[in-house]
Amino acid sequence: MSDRALAVVRAGALTTVQDLGRPGLAHLGVPRSGALDLPAHLLANRLVGNAPGAATLESTLSGCAVRARHPVTAAVTGAPCAVTVDGAPAPWGAATRVPAGAVLALGPAARGVRSYLALAGGVAVAPVLGSRATDLLSGLGPAPLADGDVLPLGEPGAPPAPADAVPQPAPPAELVLRMRLGPRDDWFTPAALDALATARYRVSPAANRIGLRTEGPPLARARQDELPSEGMVLGAVQVPPDGRPVVFLADHPTTGGYPVAGVVPEADLAAAAQAVPGTPLRFVPLRSAARRAAR
Amino acid sequence: MRILPVGEHALLVELPTGDDALALHAELLRRQAAGTLEPVADIVPAARTVLLDGVGDPAGLAARLPTWPVPPPEADAGESVEIPVRYDGPDLADVAAHWGVAPGEVARIHAGAAFRVAFCGFAPGFGYLTGLAGRYAVPRRASSRTRVPTGSVALAGPYTGVYPRSSPGGWQLIGTTDAVLWDPGRTPAALLAPGTRVRFTDMDMDTDTDTAPSPRERAS
Repeated sequence: MSDRALAVVRAGALTTVQDLGRPGLAHLGVPRSGALDLPAHLLANRLVGNAPGAATLESTLSGCAVRARHPVTAAVTGAPCAVTVDGAPAPWGAATRVPAGAVLALGPAARGVRSYLALAGGVAVAPVLGSRATDLLSGLGPAPLADGDVLPLGEPGAPPAPADAVPQPAPPAELVLRMRLGPRDDWFTPAALDALATARYRVSPAANRIGLRTEGPPLARARQDELPSEGMVLGAVQVPPDGRPVVFLADHPTTGGYPVAGVVPEADLAAAAQAVPGTPLRFVPLRSAARRAAR
Repeated sequence: MRILPVGEHALLVELPTGDDALALHAELLRRQAAGTLEPVADIVPAARTVLLDGVGDPAGLAARLPTWPVPPPEADAGESVEIPVRYDGPDLADVAAHWGVAPGEVARIHAGAAFRVAFCGFAPGFGYLTGLAGRYAVPRRASSRTRVPTGSVALAGPYTGVYPRSSPGGWQLIGTTDAVLWDPGRTPAALLAPGTRVRFTDMDMDTDTDTAPSPRERAS
């Protein structure tokens, strides 16, 4: 191992290595995985001069701390948190120089859930099927970080382009998810789908990288038979027998046997990744023109 | 054939039977290999559907797709794999009872069938294999096991599956194999990719163990 490496001082509740994941292998049962708040991952990489696919660290609620063995440029994005270098305040959302041997710490998320730590050169653990991402559903990629782990870093590329102010959306006070109805909206009663537009849900404490679980009124089904397994997409709103919608996130299963009432567009999923348990949640069902005509 | 939009970039093609789904999947792969299919990120077959995800022009593809001639799958098309099995699973007697045969008959019936991987799911490299006659369908176990060992050969509904690694599971276990179902360092990582033809062989009937078939043979 080269001396470009990082020691994990405090892994926090759940910190994983993430990149752009493993799309294109769903037919083999391989989840796409990858950073849950993709724009935050991309921004962190841009701030330190990394390519978009360089691996970052994704922390969950409680932050993390690492010690670099050599001087390294780092940047923290996503959920806002206190950033310190050897205890001294450092900027969030901007490139920071971390001296050799210094501890870079991310405090607990002040708002939101997931912070992203990019380091120049990227986390360089061995890729699995073209990606370094930790997939919590199937166990592919590196295990979640543990205290004392040592992670190799890659060689930094060109110095980052200067960026003075970078816009970052605040984590939502209310999560609003648009949802294009289908493919199995006809498995639910028209009244249930109409009510979905006005019902108030909340983000469940059981939400994770696999799916954003919700609490709220159950969605009544129009038919009770079993759906043969079918392919699932990112953002699918799957409704298990308890009737509470689950929005599929990056580590979602590739096939499933519960009906999908609609699909949340990818652009809305970064906000879903940052919604803390208890956040009020509203779905905005969109009916496609073809669907409207058919009804 | 029914084509359902899935979000903004995907289509779910629903077919009357699993064989129709296999045939459409094979046709999609043929067109992809020939370069006549527009770019699609994922082609995911399942029980009676094929999902096309990451499609540039879903409406255009949805309009063209029903006009394609889709030939039925050829019996000898696709990769072929033989999987040696010790038929010693803990649910062998239960399966024999469901089938109304003696326990010793399960191996003969199972190893006599020609299987094909209909689709993957549940875990990387876990294939759902069809090929047993309809009368041999079995229910899942009433209670799931917390740990099914790697290489377990199992039945549920119309499907046969082989656990690529140890995991919880509710399928009926009829045997075990040493074949490596999943190896991310290998290309392809999955031994049982959709469309692959599969034969199970009874290791206890294999009198000449030195010439056991290789796990993966090219179709001639």
